[in-house]
Amino acid sequence: MSILVDEKTRLIVQGITGREGMFHAEQAIKYGTKVVGGVTPGKGGQSVLNVPVFDTVKDAAKKTRANATMIFVPPPFAADAILEAADAGIGLIVCITEGIPVADMVQVYRYLQTTNSRLIGPNCPGVISPGKCKIGIMPAHIHKPGNVGIISRSGTLTYEAVGQLTALGIGQSTCVGIGGDPIIGTRYIDLLQMFQKDRGTRAIIMIGEIGGTAEDEAAYFIKKNVTKPVVGFIAGQTAPPGRRMGHAGAIISGGQGTAQEKMKVMQKCGIKVVKSPADIGKTLAQAIQKK
Amino acid sequence: MKIHEYQAKEILARHKVPVPRGIVVEHRSEALKAAQEVGTSPVVVKAQIHAGGRGKGGGVKLAKTPQDAEKHAGEILGMTLVTPQTGPEGRLVKKVLIEEGMQIAKELYLGILLDRQTSRVLIMASEAGGMEIEEVAAKTPEKIIKETVDPIVGVHPFQARKLAFALNVNKEAMKGLVPLIMNLYTCFVREDCSLLEINPLVITTDDRVLCLDAKFDIDDNAMFRHKETQAFRDRGEEDPMEIDASNFHLNYIKLDGNIGCMVNGAGLAMATMDIIKLSGGEPANFLDVGGGANEEMIENGFRILLSDPHVKAIFINIFGGILRCDILARGVIAAVEKLHVKVPVVVRMEGTNMEEGHNILKNSGLNFIVGNGMKDAAQKVVKAIQ
Repeated sequence: MSILVDEKTRLIVQGITGREGMFHAEQAIKYGTKVVGGVTPGKGGQSVLNVPVFDTVKDAAKKTRANATMIFVPPPFAADAILEAADAGIGLIVCITEGIPVADMVQVYRYLQTTNSRLIGPNCPGVISPGKCKIGIMPAHIHKPGNVGIISRSGTLTYEAVGQLTALGIGQSTCVGIGGDPIIGTRYIDLLQMFQKDRGTRAIIMIGEIGGTAEDEAAYFIKKNVTKPVVGFIAGQTAPPGRRMGHAGAIISGGQGTAQEKMKVMQKCGIKVVKSPADIGKTLAQAIQKK
Repeated sequence: MKIHEYQAKEILARHKVPVPRGIVVEHRSEALKAAQEVGTSPVVVKAQIHAGGRGKGGGVKLAKTPQDAEKHAGEILGMTLVTPQTGPEGRLVKKVLIEEGMQIAKELYLGILLDRQTSRVLIMASEAGGMEIEEVAAKTPEKIIKETVDPIVGVHPFQARKLAFALNVNKEAMKGLVPLIMNLYTCFVREDCSLLEINPLVITTDDRVLCLDAKFDIDDNAMFRHKETQAFRDRGEEDPMEIDASNFHLNYIKLDGNIGCMVNGAGLAMATMDIIKLSGGEPANFLDVGGGANEEMIENGFRILLSDPHVKAIFINIFGGILRCDILARGVIAAVEKLHVKVPVVVRMEGTNMEEGHNILKNSGLNFIVGNGMKDAAQKVVKAIQ
């Protein structure tokens, strides 16, 4: 089993006629994801990669019975694209776009609270349930079907963890990149809850970064609610305070959100915290052996 | 993006947030006239640099007469101001703000920022004006008052009143403070701020409410819709290497070590710095080439890394997703040949087209050290500089 996406996922791509959107739609199709359509305002009626293009998400949803969307719309228009998808009743919205203004996301986050849609991202690599469905920009071939769930704020660091697991012969149930922005649609806790319930997931890897307190909240949640083994890593142990390291979320300010603080809390809550990013796979392997 | 105090006050005034009268000057010769125009005794002469803590470094001076103001401006302009936030190298002062002096009855703190916990905008106030809010939060958290704003309805007068009452200001000052809070919120939203801090917010003995200092952090992602704010960017306040990098869409931050790093993705880049340190080395920088790096970006990345004279070795750590390893390998070779790279280069590549990438490096005739996984590569690069 898996969480969020599987064989039943019917995906549309917002921004399918753009360079990035088309490339990754094609990759998704090659992987076996059911891509049922695309949306680009003004290009309705055309066909791309043998799937129909619609002017509005509402049209696409109605004609294709899509239940998920992958967004590749440029930053100034991405918030609008998320809102349109939610308004059309799309259940799962995966927004890959990097660089959306925070003020736009404040509005989007609030609006989504009034709907039943779930947003993953923005500024994330997406979601993959290996062997079943891929929504996003992750390199497919490093994955392997299995029973480890991964939640991460960072893109390539997720690949690193996946690569280590696969090299050890350990597969993944679902890997979710939640995104590096200060405001994201889905947080660690939501996914931890799903992985805990999912019978196809035996253990969880949680990858965090400096900045904010999301990892601490997740750690306390794990202590109370998660019985499966969790391995954790926090990137930015050596980052100087007050500097933004690529992700807008990764600012340490006022002594809050340093890697050391987070690692301490996670350890206290029973998570197996690794200091070195090279030890993520190995430590997970040990954790499931002990169980 | 950060801006200067005088620019911040210009923006505030545009949103009807009261600020002291002031004139910015670049030369000593303009200071006398400016002080006369401001017209109070005293006036305050304030160095304009992006770092805080200016008073402690001698960058803020009171002047009783316009002649004094001229003298202070002459001293401050051109000085290298060292404050707790500039680092030991300090910042060159190119502009001073000459501002009206006033009789202060009370100093407050007012800040607006994004609260990640609720994903909403938060207004924060405290009676402990002039103190760093982090310090207040650590010592007397009960003295910080907070109001969260629902983005659907925006800030409302009752919220501003709640804050104002909790700040214990008198009736007359209330009349100024409530609209100030409302307008400040509007300014925060319209200008796409990620942080707007007024510290101190002062109440004068004649009950005026004014922003004595203002700190803005503007969301870089929103800059596309703020053409007029873009003009406020002061490149002189930024690290020239970081500017160079941003011109090529590279994200570079200089650090103090001697191992230059080039990585794709911010998380992996930070993790690479971590593993260098765990292996006994010190990273010279953070450099994220992003997901869609091409040969030109890699070459420029190399050039920027090498322009730091402390760099004794280079560590390339790429997990190819969108960025293919063969493209990376070609870019690395082109850069090494063109720039005559003399320091050892350790390459760790994984992901899309990894084997092709490795073959290209092997057949180049150049002397690369290939790392097998992150740990091995980190150890090799640390060893290479010993």
